[in-house]
Formats: sequence, structure tokens, C-alpha cells
Amino acid sequence: MTLDARIRASVGAFTLDVELAVAAGELVAVLGPNGAGKTSLLRALAGLLPLSAGRVTLDGAVLEDPAKRIRVPPEQRPIGLVFQDYLLFPHLSVRDNIAFGLRARGVARATAMAEASRWLDRVGLPSEGERRPASLSGGQAQRVALARALATNPALLLLDEPMAALDASTRVEFRRDLRRHLESFRGVRLLVTHDPVEAVAMADRLVVLEHGRVLQSGTPAEVTQHPRSRYVADLVGVNLFRGRASHDVITLADGGSLTTAGAADGDVFAVVHPRTVALYRTRPDGTPRNVWEGRAVDLDLEGDRVRVRLAGLPSIVAEVTPAAVRELGLDRGDRVWISVKATEINVYLA
Amino acid sequence: MALPARSQSRARPAAPLPIVILAGAGAAFFIIPLIGLLLRTPWASAWHELGSPEVLAALRLSLLASFSATAIGLILGVPLAWTFARLTFPGRSVIRALTVLPMVLPPVVGGVALLLAFGRRGLLGSWLATAFGIHLPFTTAGAIMAETFVAMPFVVITVEAGLRSMDTRFEDAARTLGASRWTVLRRVTLPLVRPSLVAGAVLCWARALGEFGATITFAGNLPGRTQTTPLAVYLALETNPDAAILLSLVLLAVSLAVLIGLRDRWLGAS
Repeated sequence: MTLDARIRASVGAFTLDVELAVAAGELVAVLGPNGAGKTSLLRALAGLLPLSAGRVTLDGAVLEDPAKRIRVPPEQRPIGLVFQDYLLFPHLSVRDNIAFGLRARGVARATAMAEASRWLDRVGLPSEGERRPASLSGGQAQRVALARALATNPALLLLDEPMAALDASTRVEFRRDLRRHLESFRGVRLLVTHDPVEAVAMADRLVVLEHGRVLQSGTPAEVTQHPRSRYVADLVGVNLFRGRASHDVITLADGGSLTTAGAADGDVFAVVHPRTVALYRTRPDGTPRNVWEGRAVDLDLEGDRVRVRLAGLPSIVAEVTPAAVRELGLDRGDRVWISVKATEINVYLA
Repeated sequence: MALPARSQSRARPAAPLPIVILAGAGAAFFIIPLIGLLLRTPWASAWHELGSPEVLAALRLSLLASFSATAIGLILGVPLAWTFARLTFPGRSVIRALTVLPMVLPPVVGGVALLLAFGRRGLLGSWLATAFGIHLPFTTAGAIMAETFVAMPFVVITVEAGLRSMDTRFEDAARTLGASRWTVLRRVTLPLVRPSLVAGAVLCWARALGEFGATITFAGNLPGRTQTTPLAVYLALETNPDAAILLSLVLLAVSLAVLIGLRDRWLGAS
């Protein structure tokens, strides 16, 4: 059971252009900032947003192929979609919400109700069936939405930011809960989120989406160790540079250069962890091969470290101890010397 | 003690005198006619007058015609509202304007237009008469048509507003669950706009109940067939003022009940 999708679709001036393959049993998280096209991607897969070009197949069956004028309407696709704000029907009871899909597919009322009751048990809400969705807590609503989507036994389950509507304090618990429910589902699972913690915690594979395009895909470890976009680098909290390497010197696209210890020539990404960036009041002597002057733009206390944003060629973020900030007498707007050891720069081909 | 008193006077500023006088006159303008109606009501003969065959016939016909007009208004008006709210097609705004025109059109003009379309020698009327033997003017069906013509726009306007303000992603959710467009409409869309449906139906019914101009022009004033309560009131004013007053009171009570019933839901009273 696999999903194969090549999607080209437009929403106003925004264009989505994505290739995606997901195998059964795999949980793929599409990660991207707001406006990256994550929800549009799910809507396109569900048939709610028509493709202008491309092809979507699920288990070999074509769901959509504009070139061949094939377009299976949403109600005939074997797909379950959990919406970001769940969209439980406010005029129906919880049980009727879960039974909705079965009823719509022509299952007899009594059978649908019995199946809905089984789902209520399964998601741990056996006695909430007669309640209205408005009276449920966020976590309960999420479980009802999941049960409603799964009750029709879909081959593909799509989840749109399933945690976004929950309190930060309950998220960890519900993430574990959701993960458990998702593990018992045998079909293809695709989750979209803007929360990297959620993506890394839930998914076997990440697909990074930005401006409607896939920037990167791989296991969470691969993506976080070798970010290929500013977005992912910021999420992971590292400095990402792009430039052209030649004889161990990378000329950076945004100005400045970095000397490295052995890198292949060509277009490369360079990652520098903020903790390996050292700051000095006066120009340092000795081994570091990269030394330049910059200005402290911003200082942020994060946990037991201070993140210092520095403007210069190149601009970079350093992470130092509060004690170091005191010793340097560093404040916003101060000029400071920056140094990075060549061996601390992680370089890989773009 | 001084502090609360001061904050209270600041919360409720004294109104300028001209405003008070004009507002009072405005309110009196509405209230005095109602008081007149109540003071002149012949309570003693109320049951006798309301029980007379002509009055009962007018009331019965009014109920029949107004409920029929409301039913037709819903059956035709809701699909029309859905079309205006959900589809875009060339000429949409023109057609929409024409269908709600009767709300501002003088009802007499509506009656004349209906006559020219469905009258004996009208656009469709002559064909209906020769092909099917159907004559609409000066019949109960004609009275119902006249009332529908004037009252249906209330359904269209109200339901369209409801459809526009609802979150259409509920419909998307229903479709991903396997519901056909028809099932979505029946089980999701219409239940979600129920308050608008109720408000539209009630306003439509109240307007149909009070219809005068279009009805008398298109359907005439035949007791028992096309003489609805408002027509009966107008006629009785000459011959039997007591009956006219009592019938007016009945219509007033109905209007008041509608207003109170819709108060929280639609008319925005606090």
C-alpha cells in the first residue's frame, strides 16, 4: 500500500508543486512554516483542491490525473482527513459525528451506531457519545475527530496540525496518545505540522515544505544534521550558510567567507553550531582560521545560555554562557570579534 | 460615597434636551396608533364579530395562503439562496437584484406585473389557459402567487446571508467522509444554517400574511376565495368598523408574536 503523488495546483497566486511518496506503515510528517502550502497539499490529496497537473495514485489506483481527465471526487476517495480545528459537526452528537462517514456510505443506522460505539471505546470516550462537540475538551475533540476519520476504514490518513488546537501543557500526553492510535492504523499516514518537535517525535520521515515546494526529505536525524534551508536551520538552532567551496574556502552567497578543514569543491551548505562560535573583546591570536568583526544585534537568554545575534560578514548566532557575557561586558550594539575553528564547520554538497 | 456616584454619572451621560423631545415624539408616533386601536376595540362583541362567517373565511384564507406562500418560498427560495451564495456565473448579480426587487417594489406594481405575465392575456397566462385550462388571476392560487412574489425575497436574503457566513470547511469535512453533494446539503449545510432558515421562513410568513397590494391587484377581492384578512379589514372599515378593528388587532398580535419570537435570533435586540 503506497501513496504516490505528483501535485501541481494553484490557490490564487500561490502554486503548490510537490512530489511525494509514502509507503504503508510509514508515518511521514510534512514540516513547513505557515503559508508553505501544507494544508493545500492535504486538500489536494483529499480531492478538495483540483490539480492543474500531476498524478495521484493510491495502491496503484489513480485518484487524479488531469492529463487523462481522471478525477475521483473527495467522497469516493478512501481517505480520512483530520482537520486542524477538527470541524466536528456542531449539530450532531459525538456518536453521530463518528457514524457520519458510515451513514454517508450507506451503512445501516444500527450498524453505524454500533461501530461508532466501538470507536468511542477505542479512543477512551465510552460514555461521551451523547454529548455535543462544543462541550468537549480539546483533547477529547481531537480523539473524536480521529475516530470519525478512521471509522470509514480509509487507506490513507491525513492529519492537519493535529496538536495545534491543544494547550501546550497537554500536548506531550496527547502526542503519545495519538502516536499509539496511529501505530494501530495499517494504511498510509501523512501528517502536516509547523512544529518541529511534533514532527521529530511522531514521524519516521520528514518532508520539508517551503513556498509550495519540497526543500528536503529524509529521516529526522538526516534533516536536522544536514539542514538545506534557513527554516530548518532556525528550527534546529544552527547557523546555515550557502556558498561555493574552492580549496577549503567557501565564498558565501550573502557575503564573507569561511575557511574549512577539507571540503569538496562546488556549491555547498555549511553548518556552524552556535556553541562553537567564540567571542572576544580584542582580536584573538592563535589557531582559529576564521576571525572577523561583528556587532551584537540582540541578546536572548535561553535556558542557561545566552544567544547572541551578530551582524557582520557573515552574520552569525553565537551561544555563550551568561558569565562570558558579563566578562565581555557585552551589550546590544557593541562591536565584538568572532571566531570559528575550521574543524567546527560541517560542510556538505548542496 | 462620592466616587461611585461620579463614575455612575459618567457611565450614563445626560441626553441633550432636543434629542429627548424628538425621540419622545418618534416613540409616540408609533405608540399612539396602537393605543387608539386598543381603546376603540369593542371587547364586548369581540367573540361575536370574530365568529362571523365572513371574518372566519378571511382568517382561514389568510392562514392557508400565507402558509402556502411560505412553503413555496422555502422550496424555491432556499435553492435560489444557495445558488447566489455558492455559485458564480455571468449575470448573477443582475438576477439576484431582480429576485429581491419585490422587497422594495410597491406591491401594486408587483400585482400589475403578475397580471401582465399570468393574466388572461398575459405572457404565460394565455398559454396556460389554452394549453391547460389554468386560470390564475382572481383565484386562491393567484392570491398565493401574489403573496409568494412579495414574501419569498425574505427567505432568499436571510438564507443567503446564513450560507455566506457559515464555515464551508464543514462541507469539505463531510465530503471527505464520503457524503455526496446532496447528502452534504441535507445533513450538514441546511442544519448549520437552521437559524437563518427559521428566521427567513418567519419573516416570509409575516410578510405574506400582511400582503395587500399585489393580492388585490392580481387576485381581486372575492370573499372566501381571494379576500385575505388585510383586504377584509380594508373593506370592513366602511361597513363594519368593529370587525375591522378586531381583525387589525389579530394581525397586530401576530406581528408582535413574530417580533418577540425573532428578537434574540435575528433582530439584534439586547
